[in-house]
Amino acid sequence: MNSLTQYIDLYKAQQQLVENGSCEVMNSHRAEALQMLESGPGLPPKGAENYETIDLEKLLAPDFGINLARVDIDVNASAPFRCGVPNMTSALFFFRNDLYAEAMNARASLPEGIYVGSLSRFCEEYPIAAAKYYGRIADIRNPLVALNTLLVQDGIVVWVKEGVKVEKPIQIVGILENGMPLMALRRLLVIAEKDSEIKLLVCDHTQTDSVEFLNLVTTEVSADDNASVEIIEMEESSEKTVRLSSAYVRQGHSSHVSVVGITLYNGVTRNEYYCGFKGENARLHLAGMAIEDKQRQVDTYSVVEHTMPGCYTEELFKYVADDNAVANFSGLIRVMKGASKTEAYQNNRNIIGSDGARVYSKPTLEIYDDDVKCSHGSATGQLDEKQIFYMRTRGLSEQEARFLLKQAFMADVIDSISLHDFKLRLHTLVERRFAGDKRNCSSCHNSCITND
Amino acid sequence: MLKIRDLKAGIDGKEILKGINLEVNAGEVHAIMGPNGSGKSTLSMVLAGNPAYEVKGGSVEFLGKELLDLPPEIRSHEGIFLGFQYPVEIPGVSMVNFMRAAINAKRKYFGQPPMSASDFLKMMREKRSVVELDNTLASRSVNEGFSGGEKKRNEIFQMAVLEPKLAILDETDSGLDIDALRIVANGVNKLKSSNNATIVITHYQRLLDYIKPDFVHILYKGRIVMTGGPELALELEEKGYDWIKGEDV
Repeated sequence: MNSLTQYIDLYKAQQQLVENGSCEVMNSHRAEALQMLESGPGLPPKGAENYETIDLEKLLAPDFGINLARVDIDVNASAPFRCGVPNMTSALFFFRNDLYAEAMNARASLPEGIYVGSLSRFCEEYPIAAAKYYGRIADIRNPLVALNTLLVQDGIVVWVKEGVKVEKPIQIVGILENGMPLMALRRLLVIAEKDSEIKLLVCDHTQTDSVEFLNLVTTEVSADDNASVEIIEMEESSEKTVRLSSAYVRQGHSSHVSVVGITLYNGVTRNEYYCGFKGENARLHLAGMAIEDKQRQVDTYSVVEHTMPGCYTEELFKYVADDNAVANFSGLIRVMKGASKTEAYQNNRNIIGSDGARVYSKPTLEIYDDDVKCSHGSATGQLDEKQIFYMRTRGLSEQEARFLLKQAFMADVIDSISLHDFKLRLHTLVERRFAGDKRNCSSCHNSCITND
Repeated sequence: MLKIRDLKAGIDGKEILKGINLEVNAGEVHAIMGPNGSGKSTLSMVLAGNPAYEVKGGSVEFLGKELLDLPPEIRSHEGIFLGFQYPVEIPGVSMVNFMRAAINAKRKYFGQPPMSASDFLKMMREKRSVVELDNTLASRSVNEGFSGGEKKRNEIFQMAVLEPKLAILDETDSGLDIDALRIVANGVNKLKSSNNATIVITHYQRLLDYIKPDFVHILYKGRIVMTGGPELALELEEKGYDWIKGEDV
């Protein structure tokens, strides 16, 4: 079985349609993507290194519809309001499945020197800038990137010019809603020029619980010298949603990038992070948390390459797995010769809440330079019975004690987010998630905008 | 209030309490002393309901109810409080949230609505003053990064909040300097009334200079081998535990 064949055939049959719905810069990368998919090694089988728990063949096998004709699928307009964060105003942009959209006044509310908009339009308006960044950071040898590049027609670009500091967070809400199985191809390009500052909140929602979705996302982030970029991705999808996300980050000297991935509700998720430095003294904060129960599955793969001296990486991923959920963390920090004075810390902590849940952890450090400070660690276990007893002696039920401890377990990941109001919001969402509340956004209609 | 009859209990298959008999009435302060390993902490853990300990026999009647049948949280609601020898650190759970959850769990048990935010904060302020606990401590994670003295003061603070009928203070004096000891003991004395009772478990007589017991019991090898008034603690202090060991039963 080769699940890629159907996509290759589709592309070959519909190349014109694909290209018509896109732009020249994006089209210019398709030939290479096709070649990679046709003559490359194909999809790594389940069990291959770094794909221990994820079966890409199987996940890509269903016959998903792809909206190559760019038909305007009606997506519930109230959805955006469910993702509101109390006390936080943001500029709102959307993916309606994989069609770009923006809230009224979203652009007008942003300062000069920042461009947020449709990627394909950006390519037409600024072909030189687009060609400089699009497809230049992501690695086409990654089959997920190649597949995205082959078929993706649009995306969102966030481009902050030199020295521009954008206070207001940019919120990108991705909505999956359709009557039939659908594959959404999204592309996110973040260009932060020298000395710029930007904060992004990317929320993924599925609004049709009964339908299978595949969300194939490729993100490219360029943080130039001394730029500061914070990206928070939050998934609240459905049990039938597959998210395959590959994020590539490239940092200039003294830049500061923080990427935090939050998985509150999902089906099967693979989040890949590939981070590298092209200048000295840059700082990277990479974190994530996932709350997994039922048959849900999360898989994180991160690679951080230290090739320049004096850079700093701090990585923290935390999972709670209940029922028959599966969580996998596989992380590599590689410090090359010459990357002296590197500081890199990698940490994965997990709680297993049931006999059926499985957690896999593979923290890895490869160090080829002598003058570095690095550590990695992983711990997986159950909640501390001493803590539970202590809490019970104060009157908390066992269930309540466990609930508070699970929440507390996630606190340091949440607190590593700089967006203060979103952080408070997230504490509440996590609390509700552990309380067994219904889905926060997709199935309720306004709880997210009430401040409690 | 509390009637312990022939209580036998242990941990990991090892019997530690070999038949404890003890009666505590409202308004009384009992001190339980004894050498290391005599079963003092086991007694406190069994009374609080630590599931790691197994009860092998006997009964514990508390205000007319069989305590041993109740889970720890119900024991707490009914009025049992255990001040831990080693208070547990709970990173990520703030004292404020912890106490709010505790108070509201108790109120729910008695069919009362949750306490309003303003009443709760007012109460926290009042109770903090009992042990001179400052505001910053209450906003931090439970016991995390607290000094030994702060941890013990925090135990008494929780006791003040929960207003137990029977407080069991397990080696509350251990690890305390003299000033912290005085603050903790003052806190306990302030909370004392004719309606509640206290069991003070201690290794040293020192604490009893501050918290005056009505009865002193000496626990040795899982049994109470001697009971007397405050003078017994002084005698013990003078003669040492070898005195008890010499009178082995």
